[in-house]
Amino acid sequence: MTTPSDDDLEPPVDPLEPEYVELVRPYVITNGRDVSDTSRFELITLVTAADDTQRKAHLDPEKRELVTLCEGGYLSVAEIAGHLKLPVGIVKVLLVDLVENGLILTRRPIPPAQLADIQVLQEVLDGLQARFG
Amino acid sequence: MVSRPVSDDTVHLNEKVQIAAKILVVGHFAVGKTTFIGTMSEIPPLRTEETMTQAGESVDDLKGIKGKTTTTVAMDFGRLTLTDRLVLYLFGTPGQQRFVQVWEDMSRGALGALVLVDPQRLKESFAVMDLVEKYGIPYAIAVNHFDGTPVRSDEELREALDLLPETPVVTCDARDTKSSANALMVLVRYLQSRTRKE
Ligand SMILES: Nc1nc2c(ncn2[C@@H]2O[C@H](COP(=O)(O)OP(=O)(O)O)[C@@H](O)[C@H]2O)c(=O)[nH]1
Ligand SMILES: [Mg+2]
Repeated sequence: MTTPSDDDLEPPVDPLEPEYVELVRPYVITNGRDVSDTSRFELITLVTAADDTQRKAHLDPEKRELVTLCEGGYLSVAEIAGHLKLPVGIVKVLLVDLVENGLILTRRPIPPAQLADIQVLQEVLDGLQARFG
Repeated sequence: MVSRPVSDDTVHLNEKVQIAAKILVVGHFAVGKTTFIGTMSEIPPLRTEETMTQAGESVDDLKGIKGKTTTTVAMDFGRLTLTDRLVLYLFGTPGQQRFVQVWEDMSRGALGALVLVDPQRLKESFAVMDLVEKYGIPYAIAVNHFDGTPVRSDEELREALDLLPETPVVTCDARDTKSSANALMVLVRYLQSRTRKE
């Protein structure tokens, strides 16, 4: 397709659009933890709080808030980030610790062999049709 | 899990949900992404942020940034529980080259993308189309006709965007639920046809 040269690729940016946010020192919240083991979490990985959340009293405020949010049921990683107003990368780091401590459980994605894309697509379509016809 | 009455809980997912699927809603600035996601979402749309580092640098070393501040980019997103066991998430982000890390995260596991285009500003869609193609995300074009703008023929638009003959083009008013849902269905049917061929 016709594309402009690399230099021209960025459309004009509206400075009023809150698409650019300064993030204050993520290092503080994550205690400098290595984030390399966060790859098991995707934006739509579903997580919930474990039954026994008594121990959450001893957690850092950010983690306690995260566990509390998840006590009501399942949420995606992205939703947790949205509700807590934390960057996704930070939420993933907090989740690694909380899963390790048994305070958060993840809903394992169904293996692809058991659920082909074609089935997911059919369910999405059926769902959209049923709802919006 | 601590059970609460489901009735007054609009934040959490239905307990039976097992499958989370993802479709991207992409396009240039002010093309209608936030509007589309707001129209379709069952929850008030949320914003999530991704940490951005300079181009070419690895994002996975928060240790290294210490006192430095880091720019983040926001993604809009919404949720649509479609069946007892399936939830669909819609993610929207602008298509600028410097947001490559966001694209990597967003595109992983995505079923496909709806590319919103404004026929009056087709050139501004080039960057985002380059990105969906670069990440191999199958897509459909949703033409957002803003009030009072002249309608272009599909043919003209296909040529300008250099679309493959099979790429669907659908008109869509991002403010209208039926119209937006229809655009999603056109995309999903196209994705089905591709899967069958493979
Ligand atoms: N006429 C018309 N206006 C729209 C449509 N979709 C969005 N808008 C308006 O266009 C502006 C930009 O939309 P927005 O969703 O914020 O764009 P984004 O930057 O892609 O998220 C807003 O003022 C919307 O109300 C549409 O389908 N038709
Ligand atoms: Mg927006």
